[in-house]
Amino acid sequence: MLFLGDFSVIRPEPGLLFWTTVIFLLFWYLMSRFAFKPIAESLKKREMDIQEALDQAKLAREEMANLQAENEKLLAQAREERAAILKDAKDSKDEIIAEAKERANAEYKRKVESAIQDIENQKLAAMVELKNTAGKLAIEIAEKVIRKELADKTEQEAYAKSLVDQIKLN
Amino acid sequence: MTVFRKYWIALVFSGLSAFSFAQDHHGAPAAGQAAQTGHSEPAAHEYACGHSLSIEPEFNAGDLAVHHISDANAIHIVGDVYLHLPCILYAPGHGWTFTTTAAFHPHHHGNGTRSKDGYVLVHGSVMRLQNPAYASGEQEISDYTHEEIESDGKIKTRYNAIINGQCEPLDAKTTYDGGVMGGGVTSFSDFSITRNVFTMLLTAILLFILFWSAARASVRRRGEAPKGLLNFLEPFITFIRDEVAKPSIGPKYERYVPYLLAIFFFILGLNLIGQMPFFPGSANVTGNISVTIVLAVITFIITTVSGNKHYWSHVLWMPGVPTALKLFIITPIEVLGLFLKPFTLLLRLFANIAAGHIVILSFVSLIFIFGGAGESLNGSIAGIIASIPLTLFMMALELLVAFLQAYIFTMLSAVYFGTAVEEAHH
Repeated sequence: MLFLGDFSVIRPEPGLLFWTTVIFLLFWYLMSRFAFKPIAESLKKREMDIQEALDQAKLAREEMANLQAENEKLLAQAREERAAILKDAKDSKDEIIAEAKERANAEYKRKVESAIQDIENQKLAAMVELKNTAGKLAIEIAEKVIRKELADKTEQEAYAKSLVDQIKLN
Repeated sequence: MTVFRKYWIALVFSGLSAFSFAQDHHGAPAAGQAAQTGHSEPAAHEYACGHSLSIEPEFNAGDLAVHHISDANAIHIVGDVYLHLPCILYAPGHGWTFTTTAAFHPHHHGNGTRSKDGYVLVHGSVMRLQNPAYASGEQEISDYTHEEIESDGKIKTRYNAIINGQCEPLDAKTTYDGGVMGGGVTSFSDFSITRNVFTMLLTAILLFILFWSAARASVRRRGEAPKGLLNFLEPFITFIRDEVAKPSIGPKYERYVPYLLAIFFFILGLNLIGQMPFFPGSANVTGNISVTIVLAVITFIITTVSGNKHYWSHVLWMPGVPTALKLFIITPIEVLGLFLKPFTLLLRLFANIAAGHIVILSFVSLIFIFGGAGESLNGSIAGIIASIPLTLFMMALELLVAFLQAYIFTMLSAVYFGTAVEEAHH
């Protein structure tokens, strides 16, 4: 037979109520003060540390990405510059060549001109000399003719004829 | 491998619990014989005031379970070995009495053989002699009886002490159930360090040492990765903080976390130590309504104190509801709910843990039921075969319940705090 009188766990007892209150309040206070507080603080600190580390990693990653982008930009810039320099060089080369060509042409023309001039001058000089020589010869011949004429008429003619034969134009 | 090892531990535990109860009951027939041969009134087991407690009645699993889940003034370890605890007793008009249970010279079943200043020990609990003639000094007590008497139209169990062959009625300690649960205010109150108080103290101290060393480790290794004990305890703490407090309470959760942690570990520790079938465990602390009342009342006080305007307006004068409806339905229900919440809280924990203990004890009792209370060895063996898997299963289940009930109590406390501090959002 089950006695309800023995089923004491369902009856609130002053002693147990009192001791539970005392023990639990003390437990609550001591645990909060000496256990949960320091643990919670370390947990919070660790969480902050982790967050910080993550943030820093993110920042570093971003910086890295930035750096890479910048590098790429620099590279592109360098490439562009190189292209520009090459183009410039090619341009100036072409220019130099063109100029040189022009100069050479001019020089050539000038040389040709001066050669023509020289030839003209030589020709002129030659003509003058020729004229002078012809004059001198004519005078000599005339002198000789005049001298012969004086001697014989037929001989004179023959002589004039030999003189004329002597004249060789060139 | 580890799974197997866990089951192995549970098996050992259930085996041990069977062993410890067997010890309890094997002593019984011998006790009867000793009473018959050694005492001045041989075989006088029937008195004018009911049956003697020293006769071994027919085995009753219900009695056994109720006895084992009850609080007691002395801790029965094994056989006739007790851990004696201090007794702090107060009788109005008589004053305080300080002694220990050793003064009652208990032997079988926690029955004392001596009275001390009017107090005796029956079934491990202190009772008081109604007769003022024995209010001081010591008396030899030869036996105890219990009888059913009618008082105020209700049948009550009364215990009597046999002193010099005379029946002396005993008073049980005061309880605040108003007589509804078979108790009531009597001639004395018991403020002793009982088995439950002892277990509570022990659990609180063990938990404190555990957490204190973890906290010291956490301070010493601040900023480093946790390890060892701290690493084991931290998930529980972060679970309560992040999965219980934060979602249930909201932005103001932080100031409630220490209470939630304290109540969670207090209940969990007591539940778990209560699962241990031998000393210093087996005390049914969280399965005692006095304990759960205190815990629920503290939750209730915190809820009430932290209730803001929004909370009280919703309880007392729900906005946006017709006045008549408010006056006759909503407000009465809400006010009732205010008290029902902690009531369900205390009842749930108490009932779950007490029931768990009762079921395990009942399964262990199968051994004695099948064995005809120690008469049939074959029956006992059959009982053991039936009992061990059932007890094993129940213990595994109770392990789950220990965690579950601690979690539910904490969770619901957090939810109540949450409704109290919730801000208007409409």
